[in-house]
Amino acid sequence: MNKSASGRVAIVGVGESDIGKVPHMTGLGLNAQAAKRALDDAGLKVSDIDGVLTAYSFTEPYFMLGSVLCEYLGLKPRYNASVVVGGGSPAVMLKHATEAILAGSAETILVCAGENRATGQSRDSAVSALLAVGHPYFEQPYGGSIPGFYAMIAQRHMHVYGTTRDHLAHIAVNTRRHALLHPNAHMKTPITLQDVLSAKPIADPLGMLDCCLISDAGGAFIVTSAERAKDLKSKPAYLLGIGEHHTHEHIMCAPSLTEFGAKESGRRAYEMAGVKPSDIDVAQLYDCFSIVPLIELEELGFCEPGEGGAFFADGRASIGGKLPINTHGGMLSHAHAGAAGGLFGIVEGVRQLRGGLGPRQVEGAELALVHNEGGILSSHCTLILGNQPN
Amino acid sequence: MTKELPIPVTNADSAAYWQAAKNNKLMLRRCNACGEVHFMPRYLCPTCWSEDLEWFEARGKGKVHSFSIIRRASSAAYATRVPYVVALIDLDEGPRMMSNIVGPDALDIAIGDAVTLEFEERGDAKLPQFARARG
Repeated sequence: MNKSASGRVAIVGVGESDIGKVPHMTGLGLNAQAAKRALDDAGLKVSDIDGVLTAYSFTEPYFMLGSVLCEYLGLKPRYNASVVVGGGSPAVMLKHATEAILAGSAETILVCAGENRATGQSRDSAVSALLAVGHPYFEQPYGGSIPGFYAMIAQRHMHVYGTTRDHLAHIAVNTRRHALLHPNAHMKTPITLQDVLSAKPIADPLGMLDCCLISDAGGAFIVTSAERAKDLKSKPAYLLGIGEHHTHEHIMCAPSLTEFGAKESGRRAYEMAGVKPSDIDVAQLYDCFSIVPLIELEELGFCEPGEGGAFFADGRASIGGKLPINTHGGMLSHAHAGAAGGLFGIVEGVRQLRGGLGPRQVEGAELALVHNEGGILSSHCTLILGNQPN
Repeated sequence: MTKELPIPVTNADSAAYWQAAKNNKLMLRRCNACGEVHFMPRYLCPTCWSEDLEWFEARGKGKVHSFSIIRRASSAAYATRVPYVVALIDLDEGPRMMSNIVGPDALDIAIGDAVTLEFEERGDAKLPQFARARG
């Protein structure tokens, strides 16, 4: 977006549903719980919401999920849609919300996503539903899996840059360590490097602990104009920069297995915000598999290509390090349930800027970067939040 | 859940591709306007949007761009094949396509290895597959 849009909207409320195995709630129920918590956090009334954006669900059989969610919540907004850009959806929804608010299409927009992925369907049917991400005619006949597709990307990165199996394991360990500091994280027990290396193999070089969780979870945030944000209950997180880039959907059509769209989406976000990578205090990078935040870290300019493994292994990505990454525990250890996975990165970005997170707090955090991606590193959206509007 | 391995599904874009596969031929699309060759047959050239495309037969040789040994199958049908190799093949003609690596030494595959085309029967159709090149 144009520089003139920088700092003109803010996230004023965030909410997470109960997370983990929540068999007594539906996917829509998890969305509703997260939405209610976000509304309370903002100190707004139900009648203040005049726009709603949501994503998709693999576990509940609804067409027009945006309308379905509004119906469930008893909302009759003047702005509504379901946005399907896979895991990239939450950040893209924030961009759409920003555009709608600046254009006067709505004033206060609820962005919501989540599914009951752990208990709403069996693990096997979750995997086969997700297999639909593979091309139905030219990929699915070969029995590829989503972990398998990401594994090919990891394998290529190891081949080109010398990234090691240990590097990937460090990412999982670091992320789990952070999750243990988050009261609502799905995973509650520590893991060691050896645990990751000896976990059940899924698709070489990735094992079980290199793969994201399957959780019941919903997340929500509320966006409004910077002007309105000033008078609300919680400290606003201003949207300073945001950018998208889309290069393919299926991995067989990816222009490269080592260069993806995060570089371009990041460039657009930095340019809009007028900041550079070294200005960022904390980053929440999409981590459906351990290789993914490593590639995003490099593409977003935090280190040189090929240096991402060492960045995680030597502690630079830990809380207290040079650039703490996934301070909530990411999708590897906090929660993953459809589009809610990346949405929790935005929630955590907002919370870090507000401060007061105890041992999980990144001291003095003023600028937070969040990256979401969908497909097989296909659709990218990068955003930069600040605790000041400029 | 079905235990049958997936059978190729034909549509208007790919009918010629799967028909030729039945005769052990791998067909690619070339654009007569810009000359680009692409995989995944479609209505127009994804480079220049020309509708003037032709089919031609690939030599059936390529190199492994990347691969993964799948240890946990994506479906019940594939569980009988674990461990198996899914790979991206760079064809000599330029385009990249997905394949399994088949054959007794499939699990020894490495990035950059030369591979040659084979066909695997699936129902009344045939699926292009690649094996490590000999000699």
